[in-house]
Amino acid sequence: MSIESLTKESRTLKPEELQAVVIRFVGDSGDGMQLTGTQFSDTSAMFGNDIATFPNYPSEIRAPQGSLYGVSGFQVHIGSVEVSTPGDSVDLLVAMNPAALKTNLYALKPGHTIIVDKDAFTKKNLEKAFYETNPLEDGSLEGYRVIEVDMSTLTKETLKDVAGLDNKAITRSKNMFALGMVYWMYNRSTDHTVDFFNKKFKNKPELVEANTKVLNAGFYFAETLELIPNSFTVSPAKMKPGTYRIIMGNTATAWGLLAASEKSGLELFLGSYPITPATDILHELVKHKHFGVKAFQAEDEIAGICSAIGASFAGDLAITTTSGPGLALKGEALGLTMMIELPLVVINVQRGGPSTGLPTKTEQSDLLQAMYGRSGESPVIVIAAGTPADCFNFAYEAARLALEHMTPVVLLTDGYIANGSAPWKIQSVVDMPEIKNRKVTKATENWHPYNRDPKTLSRDWAVPGTPGLEHRVGGLEKDSITGDVNYVPENHQVMTNTRAEKIKRVQDNIPNLKVEYAQEGDLLVVGWGGTYGTLHSAVKEFTDQGHKNVGFAHFNYINPMPKNTEEVFKKFKKIIVCELNSGQFAFVLRANFGQFNFHQINKVQGLPFSNDELIQKFKQIL
Amino acid sequence: MEATAVKKYTYKDFVSDQEVRWCPGCDDYVILNSMQKALPEMGVEKENVVFVSGIGCSSRFPYYMNTYGVHSIHGRAPGIASGVKLANPDLSVWIITGDGDAMAIGGNHFIHVLRRNIDLNIVLFNNEIYGLTKGQFSPTSLVGQKTKSSPYGNTQPPFSPGELALGANARFYARIGGNNPKAMTQIFIEAHRFKGTSLIEVLQNCVIFNDGCYTDVTDKEVKDDKQIYLEHGKPMIFGKNSEKGLVLKGLKLEVVTIGENGITEKDILIHDAKEQDPTMHQMLIRLEYPLATGIIRAFDDVTLEEREDELTKKIKANSKYKKTDDLFFSGETYEVKAP
Ligand SMILES: Cc1ncc(C[n+]2csc(CCOP(=O)(O)OP(=O)(O)O)c2C)c(N)n1
Ligand code: SF4
Ligand SMILES: [Mg+2]
Repeated sequence: MSIESLTKESRTLKPEELQAVVIRFVGDSGDGMQLTGTQFSDTSAMFGNDIATFPNYPSEIRAPQGSLYGVSGFQVHIGSVEVSTPGDSVDLLVAMNPAALKTNLYALKPGHTIIVDKDAFTKKNLEKAFYETNPLEDGSLEGYRVIEVDMSTLTKETLKDVAGLDNKAITRSKNMFALGMVYWMYNRSTDHTVDFFNKKFKNKPELVEANTKVLNAGFYFAETLELIPNSFTVSPAKMKPGTYRIIMGNTATAWGLLAASEKSGLELFLGSYPITPATDILHELVKHKHFGVKAFQAEDEIAGICSAIGASFAGDLAITTTSGPGLALKGEALGLTMMIELPLVVINVQRGGPSTGLPTKTEQSDLLQAMYGRSGESPVIVIAAGTPADCFNFAYEAARLALEHMTPVVLLTDGYIANGSAPWKIQSVVDMPEIKNRKVTKATENWHPYNRDPKTLSRDWAVPGTPGLEHRVGGLEKDSITGDVNYVPENHQVMTNTRAEKIKRVQDNIPNLKVEYAQEGDLLVVGWGGTYGTLHSAVKEFTDQGHKNVGFAHFNYINPMPKNTEEVFKKFKKIIVCELNSGQFAFVLRANFGQFNFHQINKVQGLPFSNDELIQKFKQIL
Repeated sequence: MEATAVKKYTYKDFVSDQEVRWCPGCDDYVILNSMQKALPEMGVEKENVVFVSGIGCSSRFPYYMNTYGVHSIHGRAPGIASGVKLANPDLSVWIITGDGDAMAIGGNHFIHVLRRNIDLNIVLFNNEIYGLTKGQFSPTSLVGQKTKSSPYGNTQPPFSPGELALGANARFYARIGGNNPKAMTQIFIEAHRFKGTSLIEVLQNCVIFNDGCYTDVTDKEVKDDKQIYLEHGKPMIFGKNSEKGLVLKGLKLEVVTIGENGITEKDILIHDAKEQDPTMHQMLIRLEYPLATGIIRAFDDVTLEEREDELTKKIKANSKYKKTDDLFFSGETYEVKAP
């Protein structure tokens, strides 16, 4: 299909109505693709669409210009229906140079549209992208609608009369030309982005003017251009009424902790060491000194968790954040926290492993590390968030469980939901569940630090500064009653059992496992953590195709698991466990529910599942 | 919290109900007693004292103190103590550590805690050996020292804790013999009063695995001649009859005898522990004869928590965010209306 033939097709004046659209903006690291994508998704969200986005940037900080590995991208999925993933394949690809086109063309649906900056297809750039011939000329893009625009030239032309701009500022604004075009194509207003310029460049009026001009130029160019085959619209989605904002998973995690701190009345202490993709939680929390947040960047992960242990001992709501390799370093100190039974939230934003692995990619391969990666028998609570917005609730929940049960809680998120963003119906702390804690403030006769709540088995929290409750805790085994050092064999057995039982009883304080779609039937699709969006959308599509006998159960509580887990499993003939590792949750399920046969879908490529691959496997197993 | 007129406690108030389990004759007992004597003099409430240790013979210390305490993991006490202090700056927080705990496994934390200058006190039990694991060489063991893990003599050159500390920008450093409880008690009190991280290195004899490693400088008979006990503002004089002193010759310290070669007391250097420039402190630390003890350096500097506190106050006063709602509902939000 050539452009020629397409443009001759009738151009409808009324925009075509679409349910959902996936757009990917790709260019050189310096081309501003993250900003372009964010602007488009924010504008769409404010228009009322449901959205999900995912950035994809190179791990090199300053990759050489035009290189294949220097390509930076931002994908956004907007819908008038519920959108639960950033989308598998792409409806519109905006490629700002040859390298971006080469590395992203695979994702574009056949017959769909590519917008390219033709000016960037120079001999040098083509060579850098290892193109032997120019794809715009050699016919290799035959199966797509290609819209070639001299974006650099048009941008320069637009800005020739704006005073006070250097060459760099001019080239930098060409992304706004592309954005303007896409706004027109999807019937979006430029208002939000113009507002954004006004705020961002408050003290640089020439930049406000330049960016606005280029944005509008792109918009009008698309409008007047015969080359644009069509314009589409995506109507507002049906979402619960309320006040929303677009939030990234890591920000949501940080905010959930802020909310827990306010609700519990405890000051928030973060001890952390930078590591991708967890660092943004540190970046976010350091901003909030006005809420009394104490954020401590330590010399390494060990000191990070240890400072948090100290803060917890002293009575703060203590947090440590990291990713896989950092969790390995924290292992011994996490064991100590379990042993001295102090509240602590450990957040592991999982990335591709093992070792340094794939720092900027996603994976769910730290589950067993979180469960068992310590010396001795060392049970802790393990929970996992499912979506970017979910990170808020589960960070809050991690704090609640840690404080109520006097134990470390490992919260697992991953690169996919941590960097992804989605609409979040803003939660006021007033509406969040209550958070109790175990602090004792008065000395009583015969008080011991390991006095326990008979129901939860969680011990008393006596913090320094409280007269009469002076006591020592430590990593050595302790007497089950006095808390003094004790090596007696029977006592060690009692304490080991108590620590295990204490975590088991958390079951009484967590919700039951929910099943979506069929409540009983032939196949139960099981997942955990950050794959919620992809699994949910795959099961939905599968159900829409007529498979009404398929249910979906997603775990956020992994240790302990919800009480009704067995009951749920019993209602289905087959169970299939889907996860981005080689079968770690399936391993845990088999250990706990040996009576069931668990099928598996696994993927370890640093990538999320796609709808198609999931559905294909569902079919095979049914 | 600072010194109240009436002494509220005696040393007994700081003795816990746990049986002390160090080997008989170990200097650790001396350190424990000195601390229990020093605490009532500090005027700090018992409930406001926290001892945090790592792992080692020395690190059993918190169990024996009737205060708050954490016996943690090997080498990591500085992190935990930092968290305690940052969470509650009103507490008097003490790190108890050994030469292996502080300078082998915990070396990284040791230098960083010193650099940050949080108001913490570190008592380093230096016995130049791993006691608890039964006698391997440590980062302060001497070259040639025969230990369980160096039967033919140690080949790894040691750290000098004082020099290492100064290299890490320590503001307070003291050194004292493990058999000198009187001076030790005084140094503990001074360390408590000092705002900032203070490091006290105790030359601690391990009677089992490294007995006598300090006898040539700490024995009763030789100690006055072999050690100089430094006090801020006082001349650097030592010797049984206070007849010897230190002068600067070129770029080196030299021992002189008062009354010989026309030397009078006025020629002797005056100890200035509060000087910011560590050059003289460094020279004193390196001196082999006499061995410098006492408070060698006590330079007053801003602490980390003071900086943090000032920043937080300023930010709080100027911020529009009082509650999380102010943040969550700020900036780019939008309404979804009921259909
Ligand atoms: C992670 C870890 N590694 C090793 C040990 C074993 N260990 C315990 S104490 C110690 C050395 C202690 O030496 P030092 O700090 O000098 O203390 P001392 O016993 O001499 O007072 C070692 C190696 C441990 N407890 N934990
Ligand atoms: S082994 Fe040495 S350091 Fe340890 S208690 Fe015995 S004498 Fe003291
Ligand atoms: Mg030692």
